Amino acid sequence: MTALPPPPATGCGAAPVLKQRGQREVFCGLTGIMWLHRKMQDAFFLVVGSRTCAHLLQSAAGVMIFAEPRFATAILEETDLAGLADAQDELDREVARLLERRPDIRQLFLVGSCPSEVIKLDLSRAAERLSQAHAPHVRVLNYSGSGIETTFTEGEDACLAAMVPVLAETDADDLLLVGALPDVVEDQMLGLLRAMGIENVRCLPARRADDMPALGPNTRVALVQPFLGETLGALTRRGARHIAAPLPLGEEGTTAWLAAIAREMGVDAETFARVTDAPRARARKAIAAAAATLEGKRVFFFPDSQLEIPLARFLTRECGMEAIEVGAPFIHRDIVGPDLDLLPAGPTISEGQDVDLQLDRARAARPDLTICGLGLANPLEAEGLATKWAIELVFTPIHFYEQAGDLAALFARPLRRRAALRLEAAE
Amino acid sequence: MKLAVWTYEGPPHVGAMRVATGMTGLHYVLHAPQGDTYADLLFTMIERRDRRPPVTYTTFQARDLGADTADLFRRACEDAVARFRPEAIIVGASCTAELIQDDPGGMAETMDLGGIPVIPLELPSYQRRENFGADETFYQIVRRLAAPMDRTARPTCNILGPTGLGFRHRDDVAEITGLLADMGIEVNVTAPMGSSPADIARLGAAHFNVLLYPETAEAAARWCEKNLGQPFTGTVPLGVGATRDFVNEVRALVPEAQRPSEAGLRLPWYASSVDSTYLTGKRVFLFGDATHVIAAARVARDEMGFEVCGMGCYNRELARPLRAAAKEYGLTPLVTDDYLEVERAIEALAPEMILGTQMERHIGKRLGIPCAVISAPVHVQDFPARYSPVMGFEGANVLFDTWVHPLVMGLEEHLLHMFREDFEFHDAAGPSHHGGKAVAQPEEAAPRATAPAGTDVVTWLAEAERELKKIPFFVRGKARRNTETFAAERGVREISVDTLYEAKAHYAR
Ligand code: SF4
Repeated sequence: MTALPPPPATGCGAAPVLKQRGQREVFCGLTGIMWLHRKMQDAFFLVVGSRTCAHLLQSAAGVMIFAEPRFATAILEETDLAGLADAQDELDREVARLLERRPDIRQLFLVGSCPSEVIKLDLSRAAERLSQAHAPHVRVLNYSGSGIETTFTEGEDACLAAMVPVLAETDADDLLLVGALPDVVEDQMLGLLRAMGIENVRCLPARRADDMPALGPNTRVALVQPFLGETLGALTRRGARHIAAPLPLGEEGTTAWLAAIAREMGVDAETFARVTDAPRARARKAIAAAAATLEGKRVFFFPDSQLEIPLARFLTRECGMEAIEVGAPFIHRDIVGPDLDLLPAGPTISEGQDVDLQLDRARAARPDLTICGLGLANPLEAEGLATKWAIELVFTPIHFYEQAGDLAALFARPLRRRAALRLEAAE
Repeated sequence: MKLAVWTYEGPPHVGAMRVATGMTGLHYVLHAPQGDTYADLLFTMIERRDRRPPVTYTTFQARDLGADTADLFRRACEDAVARFRPEAIIVGASCTAELIQDDPGGMAETMDLGGIPVIPLELPSYQRRENFGADETFYQIVRRLAAPMDRTARPTCNILGPTGLGFRHRDDVAEITGLLADMGIEVNVTAPMGSSPADIARLGAAHFNVLLYPETAEAAARWCEKNLGQPFTGTVPLGVGATRDFVNEVRALVPEAQRPSEAGLRLPWYASSVDSTYLTGKRVFLFGDATHVIAAARVARDEMGFEVCGMGCYNRELARPLRAAAKEYGLTPLVTDDYLEVERAIEALAPEMILGTQMERHIGKRLGIPCAVISAPVHVQDFPARYSPVMGFEGANVLFDTWVHPLVMGLEEHLLHMFREDFEFHDAAGPSHHGGKAVAQPEEAAPRATAPAGTDVVTWLAEAERELKKIPFFVRGKARRNTETFAAERGVREISVDTLYEAKAHYAR
């Protein structure tokens, strides 16, 4: 295996952060329902919101695969806005109807939106009342996915944080892995840990209501996503201890993440090497194929999912790219600190957004690859900039060794495509 | 409170965006939270636009509430005007901003924005929807910017209604512009799509208006009629008959107008040619916006020889004309924006084909019923690279092709009958011109007619059931339904092979 460069003497940990306030071109937290409802197979997400919220969900879902998916919007109407007591009654009625039609539902999330927050519709009261009414078969929780409080992946954070208080108490010496991953990736992760002899492992969110983990003072927590600040806070308040590590993206990130857990759980170096050597080598090989395209290219990140910092670390250190700007909607230093330290100094680190000013910077820098949202991608392509849709990074399996090559390939594909197309007339 | 799973229309401010995005030189300052910026991707991804929609969102956050959301709006207005230098701006609120009552319209009107027209929009988000938003926005823009003026010397008209994200608007406009040119009539302004505020100001120079899309421009057309003295056409030129009616309507308005050439029109011959015989009496269900449904129903019955067995629309604003049109077919239309209700109606009617929206395409997939798309809401597929209008004479040709495409071809259907025992023609084979494996309607999912009340449920004897299976899948649902109705009407409780063939003889046309 060729060695990765050593950690930089000065990473981005101490770099100044550019904060501008203007238009933010990002999704709201409702969008997380798209992957959360698939992860939690007996959960239903009921957004209490407006036609805009319903339209957002539909547009983000892109396809309508199911006649009745496990999410819906209770659209507030004039009458609901007039008197609040009504809205609570109406909610009771809609939920009763829904649960009657869908006996497969074991967990119901009432998801707050901008309109429900602005009119101060108390969804926690509703959740409590509905929980009592539909116990024990269905547990009702609430969280906010509103755009005035949450950005894109913060919806998952709010959802998981809402689950923490209802998790059972335990004294067990165990490991809790937090963040929704596709099942296939989660299984790979559990397989690696099991091979190291770490058995007592649970996941939040669990796939089904009955498998929800317990939690206590001897629980150690590792995060598989960078955006789980609220959840981490709620977990540590209940006594769990955080294992800080780079995120398990790419070979280096995955190894560092596993190593931090191995240290904490007392796994010896020999076992660690036996379990990780082969998949590490595989991952490096797979990355190398795509890295040939990425080597020496310049990348610019618009803020989207908070995955930007770990991804920039991966692209610069494992794929040989140079980062020009790494924009994140929010930076949780407790979580992405280790990734920031590994990211070589140089790029502008920005938090939040004024999209017009940021576009000006991107145009001036003319990066080889721009990672941005769907609203910006085609317009930037039309200006001659190659782009990668950020949302694909949230919907595609990218974590851990076996996906490291796919992750690199996701970034290489737009560049390969540009090289492949020959649309000019022959000279 | 109303539970919604999939919606046919977005909120009204998305309608306003469709108007703004179709235009040039106009900017929309929208008081809205950050998540509402998702709407940009509708235009950049579905319609593949190469530019961001001309919209500035204030993206206020919870911490701004009660403090300086109004200030945020003012700053957004100033920045947008300074950066984009529009000829005019429209300002308004999304659903959330409507609740905080900052009055963006009032604020913007008192600001110094270099003297450009500021057009405030009041779009009630909790009552109305996307089409209303587009119609109202265009109306407000026209009302503000257009004024009576001298008519052009030559006969001209405006084309009103096309917007961003419209179903085939790009090509319909080109087709109708060509048709009018063929008649010797020049288009003065096409709006909102393709126009600037300066163009809106010269709407009054045209002799009349072509109202191509009542959903998005009826209010503006009525205003022009009243205030600019411009009559507008009432026929939407979709289909052969409607296009000819439209031509007559235009000629009544402009007596010197020529008859346009029909040289490229192929639908009438294609529909008469023998291969199309099999289309006769195919039962179709139509759903979409009222305008497209009304026009498509006429094409379906009079120009394709289908039987219209059900129709409906999702936009209540135009329910009245739809009801009137449905009477022609002896039907009561379904007016709903509840997708599940539409699905239930289709299941109960068990049509042989659906002419609907992308939503109905999914319903069709689930129920194994072929579907062609005739109306918004749009999907990336509704913006083909090739020229593909649905209006005018070329549009009629396109309709023939796209409606026939999901079906089994005539000669092929005939062969399927002849060789139905052969393994190549087993049920799952599907039409040969659809790549991959077109999967037939599974037997269990076959919609069954329920016996009329008062009679017992009819049961199929095993042998009759086997015989039924020999009938090709695409007519089996109809055979089953007809036989059951036939049996129920006669009080027959068990269907034998004889019942099946008696029913067949009874329904033979
Ligand atoms: S930003 Fe607010 S109003 Fe808009 S879709 Fe998200 S929750 Fe709904």
